[in-house]
Amino acid sequence: MSFFSGLKQRLTDGLRRSQELLSAELKTVFEPDRPIDDALFEELEEILIAADIGAALAADFKHRAKEEQMFGTVTRADQLRPLFRRFLVDTLAATTGTLDLAHQPSVLLMLGVNGAGKTTTCAKLAAQLKDDGKSVLLAAADTFRAAAIEQLQTWGARIGVDVIHQAAGSDPAAVVFDAVKAATARRVDVLIIDTAGRLHTKSNLMDELVKLKRVAERQLPGAPHESLMVLDAPTGQNGFAQAAMFHQAIGLSGLCLTKLDGTAKGGIVVRIVRELGVPIKLIGVGEKVDDLGPFDPARFIDALVPEA
Amino acid sequence: MFDALSTRLQSVFDKLGGHGRLTEDNIQAALREVRVALLEADVNFKVVRSFIERVKTKAVGQDVLTSLTPGHQVVKIVHDELVGLLGGSGHRLATAPHPPTVIMLMGLQGSGKTTTAAKLARMYAKQGQHPLLAAADIYRPAAIDQLKTLGAQLNVPVVGDASMKPLEICRKAREEAATRGLTPLILDTAGRLHIDEAMLDEVKAIKAEIKPHHVLLVVDAMTGQDAVTVAEKFNTAVGIDALVLTKMDGDARGGAALSVREVTGRPIAFVGVGEKTDALEPFHPDRLASRILGMGDVLSLVEKAQEAVDQKTAEEMVRKLRENAFTLEDFRQQLKQVRQMGPLDQVLGMIPGLGKMMKGGAAELAGEQKDLDRFDAIINSMTPAERTHPEVINGSRRQRIARGSGTSVSDVNRLLKQHAQLKKMMKQLKGMEGKLGRMKGLPGFPSLRG
Ligand SMILES: Nc1nc2c(ncn2[C@@H]2O[C@H](COP(=O)(O)OP(=O)(O)OP(=O)(O)O)[C@@H](O)[C@H]2O)c(=O)[nH]1
Ligand SMILES: Nc1nc2c(ncn2[C@@H]2O[C@H](COP(=O)(O)OP(=O)(O)OP(=O)(O)O)[C@@H](O)[C@H]2O)c(=O)[nH]1
Ligand SMILES: [Mg+2]
Ligand SMILES: [Mg+2]
Repeated sequence: MSFFSGLKQRLTDGLRRSQELLSAELKTVFEPDRPIDDALFEELEEILIAADIGAALAADFKHRAKEEQMFGTVTRADQLRPLFRRFLVDTLAATTGTLDLAHQPSVLLMLGVNGAGKTTTCAKLAAQLKDDGKSVLLAAADTFRAAAIEQLQTWGARIGVDVIHQAAGSDPAAVVFDAVKAATARRVDVLIIDTAGRLHTKSNLMDELVKLKRVAERQLPGAPHESLMVLDAPTGQNGFAQAAMFHQAIGLSGLCLTKLDGTAKGGIVVRIVRELGVPIKLIGVGEKVDDLGPFDPARFIDALVPEA
Repeated sequence: MFDALSTRLQSVFDKLGGHGRLTEDNIQAALREVRVALLEADVNFKVVRSFIERVKTKAVGQDVLTSLTPGHQVVKIVHDELVGLLGGSGHRLATAPHPPTVIMLMGLQGSGKTTTAAKLARMYAKQGQHPLLAAADIYRPAAIDQLKTLGAQLNVPVVGDASMKPLEICRKAREEAATRGLTPLILDTAGRLHIDEAMLDEVKAIKAEIKPHHVLLVVDAMTGQDAVTVAEKFNTAVGIDALVLTKMDGDARGGAALSVREVTGRPIAFVGVGEKTDALEPFHPDRLASRILGMGDVLSLVEKAQEAVDQKTAEEMVRKLRENAFTLEDFRQQLKQVRQMGPLDQVLGMIPGLGKMMKGGAAELAGEQKDLDRFDAIINSMTPAERTHPEVINGSRRQRIARGSGTSVSDVNRLLKQHAQLKKMMKQLKGMEGKLGRMKGLPGFPSLRG
């Protein structure tokens, strides 16, 4: 992925830090001479839950492992490790998505619950795309939260990207309308729309989001080309409900998993990918513009469950 | 998305057959369900482990109350234990002997600190105090603007200047609070990671110099297993006095609160339930416990049921159900009893198997609760024959009944429709004979005395 160019070492560091814990704990489960018994699976289940991956996936893996055991293909606990890696690879197989930037303009809609990192991700992505030589426009469609517009404007000034905006409290649909129009008129490559944080359980706010999408679509058939849900790594089981509801409401094209520079593992994405088939397209590992990169399933799994 | 824990536990006990006493053996499977429920609610797995041990110790050897099913008994033990762990309600931030009382907010990025600062300012202003806000986040773009906008909306002054250091901002705010006689002083700090030593040092330095009376850790209710690590680190590095749980207006179960409470031992002071500045509530452990268990507020109804159950009435009702003789008179009795217990939809939602079956039906019935008096009048205007055989009530009878009760024909229709619906539901329930026998002790119907 070309916009990857600005990425720094900290991306690797951030991701590694968040995965260390899990791999250390898995070591004791996948000891070669450990018997494969219920105690083992219970321990594995707890570790996976501790990574917010959830009990359902743990149970599925247990079934698969028992099957292999029955066929005699697995006899020692350390053989469970490659099996588990393969299981995760299968699960994350849907995560091969890259951003669709093939249009002019490509319209990206950022959405998600409150405080997940939408505005920051918009800014980081804009900066990186600009670095890649693309012309970029930002739209401040969060007209609700105090100083949300100023936040995006400050970012815009910092990274040298124009921000389409209206007064606080104005209709976000009007902002989207203006922005798509401006992006088309200026023939920019990418328009990134920042929306207000909203809980997936609030139907009026979900309706508003549907409307934003419709306005973009009516202005520019095919837009938005990406509807990206921003999810922060500390989020637990609720992340699944979020993704399910947003997906149902407007159809998600991908996820951005932020705040991976902490100790949280973002394990809930495994369940989201597995059950909803929505790929992870971006990860965030800090508050600076460089702290954004593409999601790399192989590396995610390597970090999650190292080969040895 | 989640079945109520009690329903799940009930099926565990159904498989086991009836038990008069909880034993190590027969609660094993039930405890496993409890464990999964807690993990699904984001309670940290280590916390869950020790919790389950404690519940087991309490439960083993208990006799099952005649009015409760074993499933409910376990839920009750679990619930009581949870409430105990979550601590008392109504924790108040004590006023300092020498004003200003200083409250400092800290936490991870995006957890809701700035919004909570404004909510607290509003709350204290409503109580007749004169708060001052300090915007000590100089990093996040427009963070100071954000607090200043909120302060302006609330008419609460805000100290903040992006060219100053966070500690200087706090210092200046404290001076200003002292000279202007403003209290409490609420410090909004930047979001920071619990593993960011430099940023932890910053907040430590603020704490050391400004000496806030209350350091509040702001925790997002949607947080998963990581909550324990976060709280532990903030607590050892900086020290926490109380917790604020934000974004509880969504559908997160909020198990993180239990984890955080367990590892810090600190009380949960407030709960954030919306984006607006009035969306702050005191904390209620019993509500959160029910929510963590995925059962709404209905648990207290179990207790009410314990008092209200009359075995004979229950058996009589079950018999009538079997014979499919659920008359309008019975219907009226049910409505009356239910009214004494609380909101109808909650009561009905509690009945195993019924909650799922009704989906919306319960709400519909509950909506009619206001009309119970009208229903009373309607049934009074019926002949005994009409009450036992409502199918004879034709158009002209409906008109007569409406006139006699001072209601309208559509009211009469509604009553009849509801009765028919309930009867149908009960028929479906009858299919689940095994469960029904066990339902004796449940609130709602068919087992209540008035
Ligand atoms: N550590 C870390 N912090 C991040 C990351 N992404 C965003 N943040 C921080 O998280 C906080 C919230 O980010 P925003 O971008 O304002 O989140 P938002 O989703 O736009 O929030 P609302 O618009 O209020 O719903 C800010 O303090 C960001 O600096 C990340 O990858 N790592
Ligand atoms: N629905 C809901 N949203 C909330 C609640 N509390 C805060 N928010 C929202 O969560 C988002 C983040 O809140 P902030 O107050 O900016 O969070 P913060 O901790 O100050 O963020 P940083 O300063 O970037 O670390 C905003 O969109 C708030 O409106 C709440 O109780 N319910
Ligand atoms: Mg934002
Ligand atoms: Mg803030």
